[in-house]
This record gives sequence, C-alpha cells and structure tokens, in this order.
Amino acid sequence: MLLRLLFRNTFRHRLRAALTVCGMAVAILAFGLLRTVIAAWYAGVEASAANRLVTRNAISLVFTLPISYKDRIRGVEGVKIVSYGAWFGAYYVEQKNFFANFAVEPKTYLELYPEFVVPADQKEAFLRDRKGCVVGRKLAKRFNWRVNDTVTLIGTIFPGNWEFVVRAIYDGRDDTIDDTQFFFHWDYLNETVKRTVPRRADQVGFYMIGLSDPDHAAATAKAIDAVFKNSYAETLTETERSFQMGFVSMSEAILTAIRLVSLVIIVIIMAVVANTMAMSVRERLGEFAVFKTLGFQGRYLAGMILGESLFITTLGGLFGILLTFPAAEAFRREVGTWFPVFKVEPETIYLDIAATLIVGTVAAVLPVWRAMSVRIAEGLRRIG
Amino acid sequence: MAAIVEILEVSKAYRRGGYLLAVLTNINLAIETGDFLALMGPSGSGKTTLLNLIAGLDQADEGTIRVGGVDITSLSESDLAAWRAGNVGFIFQFYNLIPVLTAFENVELPLMLSGLPKKERQEHVAMALGLVNLQDRMDHYPGQLSGGQQQRVAIARAVVTDPTILVADEPTGDLDRGSAEEVLGLMEQLSSGLGKTIIMVTHDPRAARRARSMRYLDKGVLAHAPQITFSEYL
Repeated sequence: MLLRLLFRNTFRHRLRAALTVCGMAVAILAFGLLRTVIAAWYAGVEASAANRLVTRNAISLVFTLPISYKDRIRGVEGVKIVSYGAWFGAYYVEQKNFFANFAVEPKTYLELYPEFVVPADQKEAFLRDRKGCVVGRKLAKRFNWRVNDTVTLIGTIFPGNWEFVVRAIYDGRDDTIDDTQFFFHWDYLNETVKRTVPRRADQVGFYMIGLSDPDHAAATAKAIDAVFKNSYAETLTETERSFQMGFVSMSEAILTAIRLVSLVIIVIIMAVVANTMAMSVRERLGEFAVFKTLGFQGRYLAGMILGESLFITTLGGLFGILLTFPAAEAFRREVGTWFPVFKVEPETIYLDIAATLIVGTVAAVLPVWRAMSVRIAEGLRRIG
Repeated sequence: MAAIVEILEVSKAYRRGGYLLAVLTNINLAIETGDFLALMGPSGSGKTTLLNLIAGLDQADEGTIRVGGVDITSLSESDLAAWRAGNVGFIFQFYNLIPVLTAFENVELPLMLSGLPKKERQEHVAMALGLVNLQDRMDHYPGQLSGGQQQRVAIARAVVTDPTILVADEPTGDLDRGSAEEVLGLMEQLSSGLGKTIIMVTHDPRAARRARSMRYLDKGVLAHAPQITFSEYL
C-alpha cells in the first residue's frame, strides 16, 4: 500500500507532475545529446589502435615529409609495416559537399586498417586501378555512388578536377568506425603533382606505422624521431591516439564549454525538481504530521518523499533517454559531415541514469529534512 | 478501578518571541480504565496541549505521564512513535484522513506498522469499518464522503489497532448536529460497549454531556474540584 500511496501522491497534482516530468525529459535529452556530441568528438581517438604510430613533420602537420623517409622508418626496430598518405582536401561538385579524402599507399594502408572492411574482389580491383578509389558506405550512400562509377573531385590543396573510379566500398567493422572517408592511390596524386608542380612531388603528409609490439610504442617512436634528428625535416612520432587527441585538444575550449553546459542543465533541472518536491511537501506538512501521529517514523517519510522524487525523475529520465535516440539520429543527419560517428554510447546512457538518480536524490534532501523536522502539533495546526 | 493514565506535576510552556508562555502548570490527573472523559475549557486554556502530552505527541517540560504503566515522558522520539502506534487511537476535528487513500486504506494505514499479514489486516479493517457502519463506503475516497462519514472512518482508523486509549480533539467541531450525534453515539458505544478509555477535548457542552466525566481547564490549571458536573460547567 505504501507504494500505491507513493504513486498517488506523485500524481496528486497531475499538471505539476507532468510538467516536471517533461522538464526532466528535456533536460536528460539535452544532456544526452551534448554528451553524444562530446563522444563524437572523441570518436577518432576511441577508434585508434594501440599498435599504430603516426609520424609527421615536427614543425606542423601542414608541412610535409619526403617519401624517402619510408625505407629508413621501415628499418627502425619494432616497425612492422609502413604506410603513408596525404590530406587531399577536395570536395564533390560544391564546397558544401565536404568529406575526408586522402591519398594513401593503398596496399599497406588497408593492411594497417583492418577495421575498414572491403570485399576481396573490390579490394583487388582498387589495388589494380591507379585512378581507383575506396569510399565508405555512408559516403557512397550520401552521393548515391556505386562501384565502377566515375567521380570527379575538385581539388583545393591540389587544384584541378580529379577523376576517380569507385572500385570499392568499405564498411566499418562496427558502428564506431567512420565510414564517410575517401581513399585513393598516392601514386596518382604524385604523378600529377610531378607534372604540374614538381617542387611538391614526392612528399607525404604523414606516415602510418604498424608496430610488431604495441608495448614498445614509446621506444619505437623515439627511435624513429632520432633517425631524422637534425635533418631538414625533423619528425614527430606519436601513437595514433595521441595524434587524434592533438586534433581534439584544438577544440578543448569548445568541449569544456559543452561539458559545462551539460552540467548546468542538470543543476537547473535539479533546482526545478527540488522546487516541485518542496512545494509538494509544504502542502502536505499536515499529512506528514498525521503519519507521525500514527507512529510512522522519519525513515518512512524520507522514503516516501525520496520515492516520489525518484519516481518523477526516473519517469522523466526514461522519456529523455528514449527521445535521445531519435534526436541523435536527426542530429546526425544534419551534421553527419562534421561528426561521421555520431551515436549514443552506452556510457552516455549510464551518465543519463546517474544524472537522473542524483537529481532525484538531491532534490529530495531539503523536503525530507523539512518533513522530518516538523513537529506534530505544528503540523496538525496547519490542517485546521 | 485502576488509573490507566496518571499525570503527575506536569508543566508545559512555549517560547513566544522572547517570552516563555506557561500553557500548563502543575497538572495532576488520573483517568480510570474505561472512562470517557471530557476536557473542557476556554480557548487557550491548554486542553489540546494536555491531550497531546497524554497521547505522546508532545513532551512535557516537567512532571511524569504514565499511560498503561509506561512512563512516556522518559521515552525517546522513536520509542514514543512506536508506543503511539500500538497504544493510542486519534480522532481529530478535521478528520485528517489521507485524501489519496480510500476509506479502507486509511483505516489500514496504522496496521502497516503492526507487522500483521495482509489477510489479517484486511479482516481488522473490515471489522473496524463494520463497527462504524461504513462497509459499503470502503472504496470511497475521503472527498467522496460527508463530514460525518469521514469522521466515522477516522474513528475506525483510531480503533483498528485496538489501542489502550483513544484521544479525540474536538471530534464534533466540524460536523452538523446530526453527524455530531452519530459520532458521539459511536464514542459512547466504544466506551460502554467495548470498554475503551476515551479522552475528548471539546468546546461543545452537548458533546461533553455524553462523556462519563469531565475536567475543566482554565489558564493551564485544572479546576480544583476533581470532577465538575455538566450543569456546573454551564
């Protein structure tokens, strides 16, 4: 019966309870979306492998490294495989059709990235065709590209119209893998650059290195950089994770702001729920006095108020969590270009649940104290 | 007959602003088992305060109160709550039913602390509602009942645990004459028929007339005469 009482008390003022539940749902939805944005920001970091290193120009990623470094890197102890590539920075038809596109050494690159799953026949076709390219499933869907379609990209860093043939479409091994990328043969780029801007030829933007033992990543990175110390293009080698974190840290201020806003939302809804509970308890001080008169002790009253508070927040939290999925999908459709991996992570749901329970508990603290501290005689006088 | 309630040199004062306001002064009173006592007096005379002290709702500043042999002035807050649950039935002027519970659930409420199994609780509730002749209203919420019916539910709630004493604070104060008569009749029946000890605070001489004995309080002091008659009071 006490549970029935809790339920009926919660919805005694239906409008107030419904509005509070709505507020809680919106807050959890907003919180969940913001946390998903943060998670999307870190998607590249999360997807990075422990057995891969990235070597780039020590001054900046903008500066290139000579292709001749490849063999010297290959000779460093602990290095199993070396691939390379360059950011191409082209777009399709219009500038708004932006996506990540790279010129890479195709064989080693696909070997280094087993998470890009390419059908064997398509992979063969791609490796054979110097103008061939591999595109992610989502990207192909976006522009309605099919295998063997000819695609023309408009270069920005390397101006001109660049023609490719879609030879393969890759799928991510799981849904944390970005399948909006575009890869093609670095040789194709280099041959063209050699003809048009010879001074920019035989340069790569980065080397991707596969390690034989991830435990020796730090030592191997140090050894690679030591090889090119005091050369005209010194290198900076780091784990793929650190490399990706470098990009994320450029937006650290924005991320901090998003984190703060998500916390502020929780604090605001906490105040709203606390206000609802305080009003509800203030109106019922007489009833609490009756409960005390009948012998119900403080812990019953505390349980009742805490239960009501948690009931409201859990209901709102549940709606908020359920709404987060379609909202995130709609968000992804709108901003998929910027967040190729935009999915509600289990961690976000755990945070939603934790926020729901914390809000419900904290919001009940003052009302519980008020109900427990009211003297019976004082409470009964309120009824008259 | 033995006294079930013994009040010895009890005093109570409230602090109002900077002043200490004496509400009860050196009260001595013995109430016999099975008595139906009316406590009368003008507003502010301390009737409700005395009733609250006897029922363990408030603590005396000085003196001793024994109910059924238990010195309730020495009990802690939580012991007092447990004692109230098993020994005191309450009837209030404004019924004080829980509006979101049905008549049945309101009567069942005090039994939730008794540890009785559900089936036994239901039997007790049915019996208590039968006593006040409200079996047919057991599924009604307080808002669906008249004042008199609500007070009868409150009486059923008060007796359902078979308490040592029943305390009633202006039980007819919010009722029309017909309903008041009905409620007083029930209380008489509880006293004479079931031997319940009832202590009733009232302003209403008609209600007091139904009691077996009466005490008069004035400015926190019990009248010198151990018992005054109804006509003396009038």
